[in-house]
Amino acid sequence: MIDKRVPSLSAAIEGIKDGAVILIGGFGASGIPVELIDALIDHNARNLTVVTNNAGSGHTDIAKLLASGNVSKIVCSYPRSAGSVVFEELYAAGKIELELVPQGTLSERMRAAGAGIGGFFTTTGAGTRLAEGKETRVIDGKEYVFEKPLKGDVALIKADSADRWGNLTFRFAARNFAPTMAMAADLTIVQARQIVELGEIPPEHVMTPGIFVDRVVEVPAPVHAGQPS
Amino acid sequence: MTAKPLSRDDIARRVGKDIPDGAYVNLGIGLPTLAANYVPSDREVIYHSENGILGLGPSPGKGEEDLDIINAGKQTVTLLPGASIFHHTDAFAMIRGGHIDLALLGAMQVAANGDLANWSTGDEKFPPAVGGAMDLGAGAASVWALMEHTTKDGQPKILERCTYPLTAAGVVDRIYTNLAVIDVTPDGLMVREMAAGLEFDELQGKTGAKLQLANDWRVIEV
Repeated sequence: MIDKRVPSLSAAIEGIKDGAVILIGGFGASGIPVELIDALIDHNARNLTVVTNNAGSGHTDIAKLLASGNVSKIVCSYPRSAGSVVFEELYAAGKIELELVPQGTLSERMRAAGAGIGGFFTTTGAGTRLAEGKETRVIDGKEYVFEKPLKGDVALIKADSADRWGNLTFRFAARNFAPTMAMAADLTIVQARQIVELGEIPPEHVMTPGIFVDRVVEVPAPVHAGQPS
Repeated sequence: MTAKPLSRDDIARRVGKDIPDGAYVNLGIGLPTLAANYVPSDREVIYHSENGILGLGPSPGKGEEDLDIINAGKQTVTLLPGASIFHHTDAFAMIRGGHIDLALLGAMQVAANGDLANWSTGDEKFPPAVGGAMDLGAGAASVWALMEHTTKDGQPKILERCTYPLTAAGVVDRIYTNLAVIDVTPDGLMVREMAAGLEFDELQGKTGAKLQLANDWRVIEV
């Protein structure tokens, strides 16, 4: 029997090692797996690389993870936004390394990792400073930049519904990076608002098939990032 | 007659008139988002958001906000009937694959060859942030840049070569400012419209690249 359900948040993040590359879903505050991030902070793995679109806001969730001192590098497209105070302080103090990646390239690099593609050429970034040091090629008269796949050891995902096979649905635009990250990590960990019986999610409504998911924990009333709990 | 520069709203009003019926459009944060308010009501335009939405509607009423329905600027929005939601990689395939007909982007600088700079002043004091700007610049089928014609202290923002780091090279098709509407053509910058009362020499004086005045140029109407 396949049963990807785990009984607790601590069981969900068990085994994450020092030095791991952690993909974290979310765009702005939507889709941030707040409870899994809190469990990761408690788990206290060190020297992590975090891949996520924004570098947190205020002092909760991703910002709290950065403030824990356990993140040595962040890979993201837009680290600076209203309230990204924790990241900005760490960056100014030289305590965190930043790899800035255009948003579509960030997503496509993870898709490549998930799909077994060894890299790709894109026009995004061609002729800019983010292409410096990268291989370029002119294809049909246009300049392209070579980008490598971006693989995670772990992905932390917030879903709406899940079943014990790991099939997932997402709420509105909280989907954002989650399906791509789920396929790009060796260990994909999901917090779902509800775990339902097999078959309750109509097959054609499954947004991420369970093959990309390893663990599912139910978090019935998840905190929306940045909102009071 | 003294020149009458356009207000921010008037720039948005002028741009709105040019957004074609049936277009898939991505709006940058700020001035571009304003332009959507001024598209003639008989046109059907589908707005795209990089976080996985086609069919963005107007801002929600008070108390009707849903925190999982947001735009690229992280503001709550609404979904029109017919809207769709998809994941990030698809959202960016739409941009990078040339499926988005038109991107309206704010700009810090635009060069005569269509180079766009809108993500960084190159100031190392601040951590850089790029978001989807490079994808939109490189990928959208057409790119219009919206901006004030000069900086607050009067320095030109339309230049022979951008001095700020580029967002994308040779991509801008059209520039809308508070003083003019300018096409970026293979022969250089072609002024199509000027603000009422503005002389061409005065416009050229506020521009860091050579301009040409179209034979059929007009006064900007808003």
